[in-house]
Amino acid sequence: MEKKSLRTAYGEALVEMGKTNPDIVVLEADLGKSTMSCLFKDAYPERYFEMGIAEQSMASTAAGLALSGKVPFYSTFAVFAFGRAYDQIRCGIAIPNANVKICGSSCGFSDFGDGKTHQSIEDANVMRMIPHMIVLNPCDAVETRKMMRAMAAYDGPVYIRINRNDLPVYTAEEGDYEIGRMSRIVAGADLVIFATGSMVWKSVEAAELLKAEGISAEVVNVSTLKPLAKEEILKYVAGKKAIVTAEEATKLGGLGSAIAELLIGEIALPFERVGVDDAFGTSAHSYAELLETYGLTERHIAAAAKKALKR
Amino acid sequence: MADQALIKDLEAKAVQLRCNVLEMIGIGKAGHWGGSASLAEAMAVLYFHVMNVDAKAPKAPDRDRLLLSKGHGALIQYAALCELGYFPREEMQRVKSLNGLLQGHPDLSIPGVEAVTGSLGQGLSIGVGMALALRLDKKASRVYVVMGDGEQSEGQLWEAAMAASNFKLDNLTAFLDWNKIQATGRTEDVFKIPDLDKKWASFGWEVFSVDGHDVEKLLAAVDKAKAVKGRPTLVILDTVKGKGVSFAENTPAYHNGTFDEARFTLAMAELEARKAALAAQKEMV
Repeated sequence: MEKKSLRTAYGEALVEMGKTNPDIVVLEADLGKSTMSCLFKDAYPERYFEMGIAEQSMASTAAGLALSGKVPFYSTFAVFAFGRAYDQIRCGIAIPNANVKICGSSCGFSDFGDGKTHQSIEDANVMRMIPHMIVLNPCDAVETRKMMRAMAAYDGPVYIRINRNDLPVYTAEEGDYEIGRMSRIVAGADLVIFATGSMVWKSVEAAELLKAEGISAEVVNVSTLKPLAKEEILKYVAGKKAIVTAEEATKLGGLGSAIAELLIGEIALPFERVGVDDAFGTSAHSYAELLETYGLTERHIAAAAKKALKR
Repeated sequence: MADQALIKDLEAKAVQLRCNVLEMIGIGKAGHWGGSASLAEAMAVLYFHVMNVDAKAPKAPDRDRLLLSKGHGALIQYAALCELGYFPREEMQRVKSLNGLLQGHPDLSIPGVEAVTGSLGQGLSIGVGMALALRLDKKASRVYVVMGDGEQSEGQLWEAAMAASNFKLDNLTAFLDWNKIQATGRTEDVFKIPDLDKKWASFGWEVFSVDGHDVEKLLAAVDKAKAVKGRPTLVILDTVKGKGVSFAENTPAYHNGTFDEARFTLAMAELEARKAALAAQKEMV
């Protein structure tokens, strides 16, 4: 299947939206060539602000721009975008509901070589905890582009998590992205796998493995991590015998936790989570090595599905 | 020579702002008297003369912006906003109460407040963003950011200092309330930050120092700051923490202190006496 770059989609979407919306401005902390916000710099240099390697200043400056009617997108590596500027996001952006779009790029293990200081397993989870914050996690480049339009149209703070590596495209070009809406990628009858980001790809492959063993797995792309609608989840859970969740993030406070929280008191089904145990990353020569090491492959997801179904 | 009647008016306004702050703190409740009172003249000058603001149009695109990066000084900003008619006086009685409008620190829900501040070090960066937006929109409006001296140890301020000079933001003026006392003692004892004027100048700012309680000099300093082109400006306000109430001046206990009934009465009497003296002086002008 064809793979495409999500970060190029991010940069291209900024340029495309910047053409018709003069209020869109972009801030960067010396990583524009990685996040691909550099494309916007080339197109609209007067609306591109290089903040230096100063993420706190970048987040608060974005707040000031938003409170003055601009639509700022700021980007850097996920671990810095949310972590280095946590309190600036909380106070300056989230409390006043400022219209700031935060792009956490090179999320998860996707920056495999740089190791644990640059890999972010908790960004989306932490952002979920902040009131007012919308959290998005696209599974492919097409969804990223559509999400960007939805982000710009939404008035309020949004965090988007972008993978560094090219990923297979599973979503359709047609239609608009609707924040909070899940989408079925693979239809199935026995169990449902709720997956987010890169794990959509791995879950589709897991569904194929399971099919070979006579198990029919449904794969649902949960690309809005917050808000997460209980009704949407119940719709996909209906009639299934088990639930699996898959995320390239710590299991603490992530997609699996969120779904489990919503289902408490609603439904009792065997439930397995695929994600990162409470541990930091490490350097590796490839992304695949890390996904294998941290238990985030199609085999791990298929095993989780079988375990749940056996219960 | 500045207009003497204007000066007397602004001096009286500063005393009124202090009265409002004291009224909001009330009897037996903790409140940030010290760092509010030190700013009374600067706030009077900015809100009642310099800035283009209108309580009837708090979001007018052409307005000037004032951000209190030292958000714990909120009471002095509320005092000014109330005098200007941004909200009814009754709100001052309900400050920091459940369901009251006036929060413990500046909040965007309060008319006239431009940003959420209080977690120190962030206001200047927010001001940088506002100044950039005004420049993109080709507005002549200016951004004023008020910082504390204890706050100067927040690293983000220096990130903002570099950003503002990188972007040549001459529509941004910061004020540093150099009142020499922070929450737990004298800044000199708690955490030394020598040569603040030289530090800011070396970050690319035009720096002026002024007696922060001298209205005439404050007016002149703001005029000078507005005339600077191609770089941001800083006005260091040499102030007395707790200014205006003799027993609370230069006293760390009144950073966030409590007035008992006797002290409250005494403080209000001192402020009223000052008000009367200024009224008499104005008659002479």
